[in-house]
Amino acid sequence: MSRPSDLVQGTLDLLLLKILALEPLHGWAVSQRLEQMSGEELQVSDGSLYPALHKLEQQGWIKAEWKTSELGRRAKFYALTRAGRKQLERETANWERLAAAISAIVRLEEV
Amino acid sequence: MGRRITTFVLRCRSLFASRRVDAELDEELRFHLERHIEAQVCRGVTPEEARRRAVIAIGGLDQQREACRDARGVTFIDHTVRDLRYAARMLRTNLGFTLVAILSLTLGVGANTAIFQLIEAVRLRSLPVPHPEELADIRIAGGNGGLGVSENENSQLTFPLWERIREEQRAFSGVFAWGTTEFLVGSGPDARQVAGLWVSGEAFPTLGVTAAAGRLFNPADDRHGCSPAVVLDAAFWRAQFGGDPSVIGRTLMISDHPVPILGVTAPEFFGLEVGKRFDIALPICAAHSWGSLTERRDYFWLSAMGRLHDGWTVARAAQHLDALSRGIFDATAPLDHQPASVERYRRFRLTALPASNGVSSLRTTYAGALWLLLGMTGLVLLIACANLMNLLLARASAREHEIGVRLAIGASRARVISQLLTESILLAVCGAGLGVLLAPTLSRSLVALLATTSNPLDLELATAWPVLAFGCGVGLATCVLFGLVPAFRGSRTDPGVAMKAGGRGLTANRNRLSMQRCLVTIQVSISLVLLFGAALFVRSFRNLSSVDTGLRHDGLIFAMFADFSDRPSPERVLAAQSELLARIRSAPMVTSAATTTQFPLNGSSWTQGIELPASSAPARRSSKFTYVSPQYFSTVGMRILAGRDFGETDTAASQRVALVNETFARRYLGPGNPIGAMVRTVAEPRFPSAVYEIIGVVSDTKYSALREPTPPITFVPIAQHPSPRPWAGIAIRSSAAPPLAMAAVKRAVAAWRPNMTTRFTVFETQVRDSLIRERILAWLAAGFGVLAALLAMIGVYGVISYLVVRRRHEIAIRLALGAGRARVVQLILKEIVTLLLLGLVLGGALAIATASGASSLLFGLSPRDPTTLAGAAGVLAMIGVLASSLPALRARRASTRLPRSDRNEDVRLQRHLYSTAGASIAASPSWLRRP
Repeated sequence: MSRPSDLVQGTLDLLLLKILALEPLHGWAVSQRLEQMSGEELQVSDGSLYPALHKLEQQGWIKAEWKTSELGRRAKFYALTRAGRKQLERETANWERLAAAISAIVRLEEV
Repeated sequence: MGRRITTFVLRCRSLFASRRVDAELDEELRFHLERHIEAQVCRGVTPEEARRRAVIAIGGLDQQREACRDARGVTFIDHTVRDLRYAARMLRTNLGFTLVAILSLTLGVGANTAIFQLIEAVRLRSLPVPHPEELADIRIAGGNGGLGVSENENSQLTFPLWERIREEQRAFSGVFAWGTTEFLVGSGPDARQVAGLWVSGEAFPTLGVTAAAGRLFNPADDRHGCSPAVVLDAAFWRAQFGGDPSVIGRTLMISDHPVPILGVTAPEFFGLEVGKRFDIALPICAAHSWGSLTERRDYFWLSAMGRLHDGWTVARAAQHLDALSRGIFDATAPLDHQPASVERYRRFRLTALPASNGVSSLRTTYAGALWLLLGMTGLVLLIACANLMNLLLARASAREHEIGVRLAIGASRARVISQLLTESILLAVCGAGLGVLLAPTLSRSLVALLATTSNPLDLELATAWPVLAFGCGVGLATCVLFGLVPAFRGSRTDPGVAMKAGGRGLTANRNRLSMQRCLVTIQVSISLVLLFGAALFVRSFRNLSSVDTGLRHDGLIFAMFADFSDRPSPERVLAAQSELLARIRSAPMVTSAATTTQFPLNGSSWTQGIELPASSAPARRSSKFTYVSPQYFSTVGMRILAGRDFGETDTAASQRVALVNETFARRYLGPGNPIGAMVRTVAEPRFPSAVYEIIGVVSDTKYSALREPTPPITFVPIAQHPSPRPWAGIAIRSSAAPPLAMAAVKRAVAAWRPNMTTRFTVFETQVRDSLIRERILAWLAAGFGVLAALLAMIGVYGVISYLVVRRRHEIAIRLALGAGRARVVQLILKEIVTLLLLGLVLGGALAIATASGASSLLFGLSPRDPTTLAGAAGVLAMIGVLASSLPALRARRASTRLPRSDRNEDVRLQRHLYSTAGASIAASPSWLRRP
């Protein structure tokens, strides 16, 4: 029920931060957006979503606010904080470096 | 920074507003589920199925809640708080158990910490000066072997020796000499005795002691033939002058000399002797003003210390001093002594010892006893811990059901352990905390017990960090000792078995019981060691206190008289002494009085070499010499076995006569009639050779210490003393209580000489004080021994009760199948006897192995005394049988019907165990009713 096995450790945080950087969303919307954006490639179970969100909130990267949702129901909306935006930049840079390095290795010609 | 604050605020919120946070979490998750269900229903799934799928997708609601709490990072604190609350509730419920546990831990940790505090103060603490580790004590290796005259325990060197050492040593950046003495401050009857410190001019600068007022001595103040000045101790300054700075420059009457006050030392400096404070310090050059034989080559009255040069070690300094020894001792040999003595002197070697902790006679006297007491208190604490562990083990097994339920609904083993351990930690923290608080009171009362009028103790007993660390360490150790094993064992419960209503096994769980058997065996063996130790010390003390001193104690007082305003000239000394005696004899309540140069049992000694011209082997012998006036023997209660007492006719002009004691007669004069034999003394400085005719034999008495065998003693009329001192000691026999007689004597003497200073010693008190270490050791050891036996008794009782209750099924079946009740009791008895025997054998071996450590503290019996060991073992065996007879009899009365409910069994078990610990039986274990 925790992390999906095929998701690189820490990547879920990066995805969540990126999604919330676009607009503040509640948990359900985040899960819909994740599914929609990554399709079948990244399987993030609902079970790991909320603990991850709570951890990000605890760390101060995102903040939560109770607002009325599009259906008129009260829902907890998460939004990126300023510290979160910096963290997103850092994690994006990290990811790009890592991805480039791994790509470079994977693309080596076999003799 | 802002992020940290946010984190902190959120964490606080999760901790302290946990209910609201949980509600919000629920709402959030509900919102998610509803949306999920809606989405599924839209796709045509039935609502029930949609809900099922949504819950599966999220992975279970409760799990999700837990995971979110975990993510917030407060679960650990949260759990701890819950565990603490639960533990506190449990402890409150079983108040009796809790109180007994905390009390035993408090006393255990308190006693251990108190003894450690004393050890720290006496043995481990450094001198309160900068860089004490650089200090080294300079002394003659092995001491001076009784050569010449030694002033006191701090008399290692003579003045000429000190001067040579100062000139020739290269190991130290600074060296200084010091010595201790007693002074009278003030004048006349109001004069009081203070502790004096002789210091050379280098002492304060080398030590790095600063002045609280005025200035301290420097080398310029310590020149040959100086006029004295005095430096006061800060405490003395406060007590005597209220800390008034204007006393600097005023004069203080010190043993009848007006001496100007130069300054006051910083308050933290107490002197160089641990356990004693100095009151006033004087430069050693001033000693001649008080008539001391300061520069004599055979007068030992100084000690020396040095501060090592950079890069020097004490060992290297010792080597350096050893190399210098030959030259130094050759140059300072006391040539007027016997050639053999001079030769011995020349062979002395100097050495250096670490002195960072100062010097202390206290240390040599008490360090061994204190370590021993620490060992005893440690063992008592160990037994107490074993008891607590037994109780907790029993409790853990009574809680099997509860723990089984916890494990079955998914609690991890770590959670169960931490919950069980929290209770022990709570107990340990309470017990150890109170113990550390109690320790200063205990150690202070122990110091008060040790201090005597003749030997005041001044120990800094501040609660320093080593003491606190020790107390906390002991507390932690107890917690680990008694808490860890039960917690681990408790958590190993098999939920399946536990759920079957507490395991309806027919016999008790062997494994768990073996642990408790083991504990009881250890308890019994340790108590045997303690009880044996206690018996040894009590018997040793009884041996010592029943030693016959040879004197009649009741109403015997020894007194010193001195009048510094009027020093009689040598010719007038005897007349002055008889006048003093006459005044004292005329005082009311005084039955008799006599002059003497030697008070018995005060540690001092006067030895002279003798030759027996008439003996077949005229070898060199030695005898103690005491100079007394007529009636001395009747005054102190010695019997004249042959011949006559001294009379007024034995004067300086008449034939020199002597009485000898039985030991002298037996050892030196053989079986014949000793009367008429001649004794010649060997010449010594101020004591020319003289021949004495033995005119009688007196009964044996103890001489300088109770522990020592009686030496040969020669008594000579004080009128024939070769070099009479101005004032002598007086032995007084009073018919009334000593305080009344002392007051009467003081009045009678003051009427004659108002400036006379007096110092009394009641002999009875002195004898008692000399046994103070033995008495305290005996009392404390006896206390600890009884405590240990009591604790072991509780342990045996608890385990046997537990055993009987656990084997109720088995016993009932045995009875039902026709076993006789005697057979059942036999079954239990076998268990008891095995446990006790094992414990006693183990303890006996332990006792024999460790006893030799106490041999130096014992008197009149061997540390492996078999009678004492057998007695202690017998007492313990009896206690063990007594303790277990009650539960064994209970087994006899056991019903043939199987116990109806295991819950009842648990309650009964609880009651047994808590009543073991003295807990109220009424305390209902409410947690048993908890799910």
